[in-house]
Amino acid sequence: MSTHIGVDFTPPDIAGKVTGEIKYAEDYKREGMVFARLLTSPLPAGRVVNIDASEALRMDGVVGVFTADDLPPVPPPGNPALASEYVTYVGQPILAVAAITEEIAESAIDKIRVDFERRDFVVDPIESLTPGGSNAYPEGNVLVRTREEGPEGAPIVGAEIKDIKWPQSAIDAIKTGKEPVGGEFTTEWAFGDVDAGFADAAAIIEEPFVTIGYPHHSLEARTGMAYWENGKCYFHGSSQSQSANNAGLARMLNIDLADLVFINEATGGGFGSKIGPYPFMAITGNFSKVLNRPVQLRITREQEFYIGSARSGMQGWIKIGVKENGKVSAVDLVIVNDGGATGGGSGNSSAQHVTVAYQPESMRYRGISVYTNTTPRGAQRGPGQNEMAAVLAPMTDKVARAIDMDRVAFRRTNVLDSDGFQGGSQGPVTSAFVREALDQGMRTFGWQDKIAQPKDMGNNKVRGVGVGIGYHGAGGRGYDGLLRIGTDGRLYIHSGVGNLGTYSYAGTCRAAAEALQVPWDKCDILHGRSDRHLPHSSGQGGSNTIFTHTRTNWVAAQDAITKLKEIAATDLGGSADDYEIGDERVFLSSNPSQGITYAQAAQRAIELGGKYSGQEYPDDINPLTQLAVQGIAGSGLVGVAKDNIPGQGQPPGVLVGFMEIEMDKDTGKYEILDYTAIADCGTVVHPTNFNNAMRGGAVWGVGLAGLERHVYDPQNGLPANTGLYQSKPPTNMDVPIDTQMGAVNIPDPQNPTGGRGIGEPTQGASAAALASAISDALDGHTFNTAPTTTDMIINHLAGNTYSTKSLKTNTF
Amino acid sequence: MNSKLTRRRFIKGVIFSGAAATTGTGVYLVASAQAGQAAAERLITLNINGRDRPVDVLPSETLAHTLRYKLDLTGTKIGCNRGECGACTVLINGVPNYACSVLTHNVKGKSVVSIEGVKSMDGTLHSIQQAFVDVNAPQCGFCTPGQIMSAVALLNNNPRPSREETRQALSGNLCRCGAYEHYINGVMRASGQIA
Repeated sequence: MSTHIGVDFTPPDIAGKVTGEIKYAEDYKREGMVFARLLTSPLPAGRVVNIDASEALRMDGVVGVFTADDLPPVPPPGNPALASEYVTYVGQPILAVAAITEEIAESAIDKIRVDFERRDFVVDPIESLTPGGSNAYPEGNVLVRTREEGPEGAPIVGAEIKDIKWPQSAIDAIKTGKEPVGGEFTTEWAFGDVDAGFADAAAIIEEPFVTIGYPHHSLEARTGMAYWENGKCYFHGSSQSQSANNAGLARMLNIDLADLVFINEATGGGFGSKIGPYPFMAITGNFSKVLNRPVQLRITREQEFYIGSARSGMQGWIKIGVKENGKVSAVDLVIVNDGGATGGGSGNSSAQHVTVAYQPESMRYRGISVYTNTTPRGAQRGPGQNEMAAVLAPMTDKVARAIDMDRVAFRRTNVLDSDGFQGGSQGPVTSAFVREALDQGMRTFGWQDKIAQPKDMGNNKVRGVGVGIGYHGAGGRGYDGLLRIGTDGRLYIHSGVGNLGTYSYAGTCRAAAEALQVPWDKCDILHGRSDRHLPHSSGQGGSNTIFTHTRTNWVAAQDAITKLKEIAATDLGGSADDYEIGDERVFLSSNPSQGITYAQAAQRAIELGGKYSGQEYPDDINPLTQLAVQGIAGSGLVGVAKDNIPGQGQPPGVLVGFMEIEMDKDTGKYEILDYTAIADCGTVVHPTNFNNAMRGGAVWGVGLAGLERHVYDPQNGLPANTGLYQSKPPTNMDVPIDTQMGAVNIPDPQNPTGGRGIGEPTQGASAAALASAISDALDGHTFNTAPTTTDMIINHLAGNTYSTKSLKTNTF
Repeated sequence: MNSKLTRRRFIKGVIFSGAAATTGTGVYLVASAQAGQAAAERLITLNINGRDRPVDVLPSETLAHTLRYKLDLTGTKIGCNRGECGACTVLINGVPNYACSVLTHNVKGKSVVSIEGVKSMDGTLHSIQQAFVDVNAPQCGFCTPGQIMSAVALLNNNPRPSREETRQALSGNLCRCGAYEHYINGVMRASGQIA
C-alpha cells in the first residue's frame, strides 16, 4: 500500500505563493545594486556599424555600457546574448546600459546612437525557398549538417548555413496544397513500403496544412540579478530548471562549476522557454563582473516577446492511405519549418506524433527548417507534436469518414500500444495504454450520446463534437539522486529539479519518502539554490521530470536503505540481508525489537565515515553531484546514486481529449460546452496537481487551436502583436471552467513508482479535440490551420476563401 | 572620450566608467539619492495595508513601482506593465485596480491593500488564501497575488458568488499556466460552496 505515491500533499512553497512572500528573481535586491536595461534592434536584419554612447555615459547615474565585444563571439546561426555582426530580428538585444536607477538606464538608452547597415530580410520560409528569395543570413537560409572524414577515419560532424532554393514548380505546388516535387530537404526518413501502402489503401486523402508559431509569454519576463563575492558568482535567475543551468551558466561566466551559486526559488512560467541557461543570462553575470557591483537586468513585456522564444510554425503537405479495416497503411509527410532567426524547427517531432497516432505500416518524412528574420524559436510545450495534433485531428476525422468508421474507433484501431513504436527509427516505448484511455474517455464524455444529438442547436448555432490525441516523450534516464538522513532522524531530500509551477520538484521527492517509509512531515526538501548541495538533474522540459526524478530519488533511497542495513549488521550482528526497514528504524527481520532508529543510524554513519556519510561516493555520478555530496559529507547518512535502473524504450505521455462546442454561424465564435481528458501517464503521483496540469494544458490547447499566432508585416519585417492583448493567450472567458479529468492509472513497468510525465500532451489533446469539434460543427470542413481563428471560420461560412486560400505562416 | 568610437575603444571606456562609478557609491538608497531625477521626487504619505508609509515619489511613478521598489512589497508582480495581465492587482478603497496603471500620487489619501495586507496580523491566511492552498490553485504563482486580490474584492461584495460570477470577477487576471478552473474552485471553497 503506497503512502506517498498517488496521495495528495501540500507542496511546501504554495503558502509563499498565496502570500506573495515567495521570491522570484526580480524580487531580490542587493546593496549597491544597479539596474541594467537593453537597447534592441529596430531592424529585422543588418549589422552594427558603430555605437556612440558618449552622451549616455556622461549622464549622472550611468555606470556602464555592455556590448557584444564584452562577450565571446557567437558564430551564426547561434543566438548571441548581444548582437553585432549579425542582427537577425526586430527586438534583438544590441547592448545593455547600467545605471543607479531603472529610469536613468531607460533615459540613457535614448541617448545612445547605433548606426546599422541594413540587410535583406524575410519573414516567410516559403518566400525564402523561392528562387531569388531573400535569406535570413547573408550566408543562406538553412542549417545543413555536414560530415567529413577526420583523422584515422573518425568523422567530423558539423553544420553550416547554406542557401537552398526550390524550383518554382515546387514552390507553386506547396502554395497550392500539392506535394512539392523537386524540393530539397535536410531531414528524410522512411520505413515500410510507402508505394505499396498507398496501393493497398481503400481511401487516400491529401491535405496541405499550416501552423503559426507564437511566443511563450511567460508572465514573469525573464530577469536576472547577479553579484560576485570571493570569486563566486551568485546568480538569481528565472528558470524552469535548477541544476540543469549550472554547467552551461558557469561556461557563460567562464568560471568553475564550484564557483557558481544559481538561485531560483520560483519561476513565473517557462513552458519550454527557460529550460536551461539562455543567452540573456550572460549579460547579467558578466556585466556584474565588469562593474564589480550587483546588477539586475529586468526586461519589458515587449522584450520578452522578442527574446523569450516562440513555437516554430510550419507549412506542410500530408498524404494518408487507409485500408478498409481502418488501419493506416501509408503516410507521406512534408514539413517546411519556420526556424525564426536562430532556432530550429520541430518537424521531426511533428512526424513523430503521426507515428504515435497512426502506427502506420509505412511512412516517409521529408523536412526542412528555414531561417526567417523573426524571433528565435525553441521548445514550447510539446514542440512539433502539439501543433501537428491540432491539424491532424480533422484530417483523421476525414479519413475515418472516408471508410465510414467512427472517429474514436479509427483512433483506437491505429494508436500506439505497449508493443508499438514512436518516430522514424521506430523506437520502442516503455508501455502505452491509449486504447484504455480512449475507452474511459468515451464513457466519461458520453461520446455515443453526444454524436447522436442533432447538430442544429437553434438560433443559427450548431454543435460540434471532437476527439484528439496528444503525445510527447515523457522521461529520461541516468541522472542522480541525493538524500541524507540526519541525526535528528529527518529525511533531507536534495533536489536539483526546478520549481516551474508543476510542483514536480516536491512530487518526485515523494519517491524517496515512499522507499524509506518516512512520514512526509519528517521530510525536508532542499532545492532552489545550488549552495544547498543539489545533485545533477535533468532540465525541467519535455514532460520528463516525474519519470526521471522519481527514479533518481528512488535509487538514492535504495542506496540509503543498503547503508542502513549494513550499519545495523555492523553494530547488531548478522548480515545486511537479515535486516529490513519500517517505522523509521532498521531492524532484524527475525526479531524486530533488535534494531536502531534512523537517527541512531545517521549518527553511526558519521562515526563510520567513508561511503556512509558521503566522504566516498560512486564513480559514475555527475561532477555537480560530486560537489553536492562533498558539501554534505559528514552530516548524516548519505544516500547517493545514479539512475542505472535497467530498461529500454521511451516512456510516452499520451492523452486523449473529447470536446463539445456550440458554434454561432452568424459570428464564427464558439463556446466550449464540455471537455473531458484522460491521460495515459502511468501511476498518477500527485492527484491534485495532475488535475492542475491537465487543465492548464487544456487552456494552452485552446490558445494553439484557436487564438495565438505570430503576425509579421512582410513588407517591413515588423511584428504586429508584441503584447499580451494582441497575442491573445486564453483568458478564463475563453475556456471551459468545469472540465472532467481522469487517468488510466496503469503503472509504467520501468518506474518503481509507476509514473510517467504528462505536462505537454495535455495541450495537444485539447487542441486536437477543439480542431476536430470545429470541423465537425462545419460538416467536416478542414481548415488545416492552427490556429483556426474566428475570422477564418466566418470567412468560410460566408463562402470567402481568403483566410485559407494561400496558407502561410507568420502572416495573415 | 571621443564622440565617435570604434566598438573596441568604446568598451575600454565603458570599463573605465564602470570602475569609476563603483568608487564612492554605496548602498542602493544612497545611490538613488544621487540620481539627477531625485529632485523631482516628492515626499507623500500613503496608506498601505493599514499603515501610513511616507515615501518619496516621482510624478510619473506608478503604484506598482512604488510598492515593489520603494516599499519592498514585492508580492505585487509586474507581468506586463501596461494594464493587460492583472498580476499587479491591488485594492484601492476596496476596488481592484492594476497598480501598473495607477500613478502613486493619485492614491494619496486612499486605502491601498496589497497581497501583503491580506492575511491576518497573526499570520492566519485569509479564507481565499487558505482555499487556494487547499485546492492547489497556483501553478507558477506569478499571477496568484493578483488573482487573490480580485477574489477578495469579489467576496467582500458577494459572499456566495456563482462560478460564472467568479469567472467574470477574475477575468482581468491572466494566468499563463491556465489554472483558471482551480482559482474558481478556490473561490467556491472559500465561500463555502464546495468542500
